[in-house]
Amino acid sequence: MGCLLKRLAGLSLAAFLAATVPAFGRASGPLIADLSSKQIRITTGFTGTSLLLFGAIDSAGDVVVVVRGPRSQTVVRRKERIAGIWVNGSSQVFNSVPGYYFVASSRPLNEVTDAATLNRLQIGADRLRFSLAHEAGAADKTSFRDGLIELKQRQSLFSVEPAKIQIEGDRLFRADLSFPANVPTGPYTADIYLFRGGVVVGSNRTTLAVRKAGLEAAVYDFAHRYSALYGIVAIVIALFAGWLAGAIFRKA
Amino acid sequence: MDLYFPIAEMSLNVFMLLAMGGGVGLLSGMFGVGGGFLMTPLLIFSGVPPAVAVGTEANQVVAASVSGALAHWRRGNVDFKMGLILLIGGFIGSTGGVWIFTWLRDLGQIDVVIAVCYVTFLGIIGTLMLAESLRAWLRSRNPGAPKGKLHQHTWMHGLPFKMRFRRSKLYISALLPLAVGIFVGVLSAIMGVGGGFVMVPAMIYLLGMPTAVVVGTSLFQIIFVTANVTFLQSVNNQTVDVMLALTLIASSVVGAQIGTAIGGRLRSEHLRGLLGLVVLAVGLRVAWDLVSVPASLFSLGVGGH
Repeated sequence: MGCLLKRLAGLSLAAFLAATVPAFGRASGPLIADLSSKQIRITTGFTGTSLLLFGAIDSAGDVVVVVRGPRSQTVVRRKERIAGIWVNGSSQVFNSVPGYYFVASSRPLNEVTDAATLNRLQIGADRLRFSLAHEAGAADKTSFRDGLIELKQRQSLFSVEPAKIQIEGDRLFRADLSFPANVPTGPYTADIYLFRGGVVVGSNRTTLAVRKAGLEAAVYDFAHRYSALYGIVAIVIALFAGWLAGAIFRKA
Repeated sequence: MDLYFPIAEMSLNVFMLLAMGGGVGLLSGMFGVGGGFLMTPLLIFSGVPPAVAVGTEANQVVAASVSGALAHWRRGNVDFKMGLILLIGGFIGSTGGVWIFTWLRDLGQIDVVIAVCYVTFLGIIGTLMLAESLRAWLRSRNPGAPKGKLHQHTWMHGLPFKMRFRRSKLYISALLPLAVGIFVGVLSAIMGVGGGFVMVPAMIYLLGMPTAVVVGTSLFQIIFVTANVTFLQSVNNQTVDVMLALTLIASSVVGAQIGTAIGGRLRSEHLRGLLGLVVLAVGLRVAWDLVSVPASLFSLGVGGH
């Protein structure tokens, strides 16, 4: 019985590989991958979530996944002590900073490939490069960039250490991508790289979207799209709540 | 249980928020204060962006002052003429205040300005309250002590545009309540408070209004000024979180009712001394955050110039 199951499992894996592996070579390369969901919905009870990224490779190798959130122009301000208190002093504006950055790898990054390749592909938060919006004052760029990365890591928006990718039988891989409660909304990309002998032999990109949903989305859209009406509604709600509270407790 | 708040863009523990609302409501019921000047720093301590804390608190204070103002109005304790002059000033001040707020936010200095305002006012008010209650306590042990003059004539009585305020039994320049209204309006916009803690002493000591009408009149004015701040913060900065405000309103009205019941049983100089201590403690905490070495020397903002 057990033997039969094992044979069946073996058969089905063989059938899967037979069906997919030749296809890698011809159409999609040595790597295919997909996400358990293409969308993260932020609703009232949202406290962060994780998605399953899974896929197959055609033979043994290392898999690295990089997830990037929506890019935006970001101001980094450095605090300075003036008259005993800490105030925001000089600042730098960086272009297209991802709101979220996550790395997962099947082995430690420095065992997967060399530093030059990691730098070129910007794998690992400390290897991210941003361009300055204004070139003036570029001398201080590095410390502002490091400050930005450290802050994002502190907010759990940039990963500090790569998460673990599991590879089964040199063919199937899976990784849990985690998203914290403060994850920014917008379009995301997940880049999946297959390394062999320190060289990228295949890559794949998949996308996902993070958006507010339900009541949260409605309130946020209302506040930003019809902000004057939102303000009036906020006042009316407060007036009513105050009147109601007074009325209830006067009776009691 | 955590809830995600759409404007603050973060999840907060509901029970913590209900406890904060209830606790501040309790204090505001006990001491007859709005509570905005305690709630805004508490929100900031729990990680809410200062700008959102200020905008949301203005919205909450609207609700808190309506029920109080209605109760005073029924007892005839509102001087509407005085309230109107204060209100004109309040509109000017709060509109200017929101404009200053937006400008400081673009400069990246709003957080520190909010904190400095809080340290200054919590420090002054807390110290005054403590001193006052200490004096009252000393006087109660030594009833023969001199009380000081009730009415003093100063340069303020020479100002033009004199008006008669029947309910307050006053004949003073309209410029005085106008100036008080403007000043409190600016504070309301920048600190997210009703400003009762500044306006009430100003009405008693500066304008010379009878204490019976002071609280009702200031609450009447606060409704409209905080409504104006709520509206302008929504339009200019989108920093009013209605869901957060509603959570705080629900818990604070219950706390306020309990507080009112307790407050009636305690002696007023003890109450004032106690509130003074609470105010000073919050002020010290804000001050500590300003002077201690921050966890990160950097802060982030969205967009450039």
